[in-house]
Amino acid sequence: MLKNFFPNKILSFSNKLFGFLIALMVLFVFVGLIYALFLSPPDFTQGDSVRIMYVHVPASFIALGCFGFMGIASVCALIFKIKILPLMAKSLAPVGSVFALLSIVTGSLWGKPTWGTWWAWDARLTSMLILLIFYIVYISVWKFVDNYENANKVSSIIAIIGLLNLPVIKYSVDWWNTLHQTSSITLTSAPTIHYTMLIPLVIMLIGTILYTLIVFLMRYKTEIMKFKLDKKNKEN
Amino acid sequence: MMSKKVRSRIIIMTFLLGLVIAVVYSVLKSLEENVVYFLSPTEIIIKENISFNKKIRVGGLVKENSITNDQTSVNFIVTDLNNEIIVSYSGSLPNLFSEGKGVVVEGKLRDKKYFIANKILAKHDENYMPPEVSKILKKTKE
Repeated sequence: MLKNFFPNKILSFSNKLFGFLIALMVLFVFVGLIYALFLSPPDFTQGDSVRIMYVHVPASFIALGCFGFMGIASVCALIFKIKILPLMAKSLAPVGSVFALLSIVTGSLWGKPTWGTWWAWDARLTSMLILLIFYIVYISVWKFVDNYENANKVSSIIAIIGLLNLPVIKYSVDWWNTLHQTSSITLTSAPTIHYTMLIPLVIMLIGTILYTLIVFLMRYKTEIMKFKLDKKNKEN
Repeated sequence: MMSKKVRSRIIIMTFLLGLVIAVVYSVLKSLEENVVYFLSPTEIIIKENISFNKKIRVGGLVKENSITNDQTSVNFIVTDLNNEIIVSYSGSLPNLFSEGKGVVVEGKLRDKKYFIANKILAKHDENYMPPEVSKILKKTKE
């Protein structure tokens, strides 16, 4: 499966296939938003504020998922020295960081009318902020360290250390008393979110995943071309 | 693929990861007091070296039929279904503050049974449902 991401395959990834992905993404996001904003019911406690969840939850999911990929890719890159893995991690960071920021902002917008505060230093919110900082540091290393090998090593270590923050974020609401509520969707018990809200949430999640995939592929293609160009320039 | 070099890198990586996990764990454990956002009424009662001058937070449910208003403040009981604490607060209440719902109060303990709050936050639980469904659930409970 990894072979599909090797330079030759990626660079010949047809425009038609890409167009299909974009069309699929637009469909899911469009339908998801119609349901999220209009057709889905308000919540019995928080009223229409619940609609922020349809953006906040997918954004958080992607923010964590991207960094998870980056961390695991960095571990494998350091152990097995697979050249494309750092490039893949580098390509995931920008979209992941934007969704991390979106998660925090939408969460804040939701928190004010429901909790009564824009921010609280509880474990979930604080660890999410730390994730955003890890993203920013990771991207900065690639930007400001000139030598590719050095940038690769330092950013990989940052991704691996940041990887350990992910279980803290996920389980913070279970391990400690937090202001943020516990998970409504778990692997072990029935969802505590009604199906009329769960379905639009899943649609938005799929649309967001497709969007992330598209942006990642665009960036990854560019990174590969840059890498090949740099290699050629060095040889001359 | 499993060459000697790869093997040794895996060992080093596992060791370093284990080290970082141990460090993060001990940091979080020692900072536990600060990581926890609030204490439950039971935790307040159990806690030995509790100070009555420091700002702390108590969280739980607002006990049914416990909200009373007098001239200057509103009083209610926070319960974790095992123990309770009386809270007194003067100020504006958040929209979602209501009986039977979660709340986090910030302020100072007068003693282990009485809390003077200067900030109230409504805590939302993990349940999401339309109003009609909640009405049906309430009916089946009665």
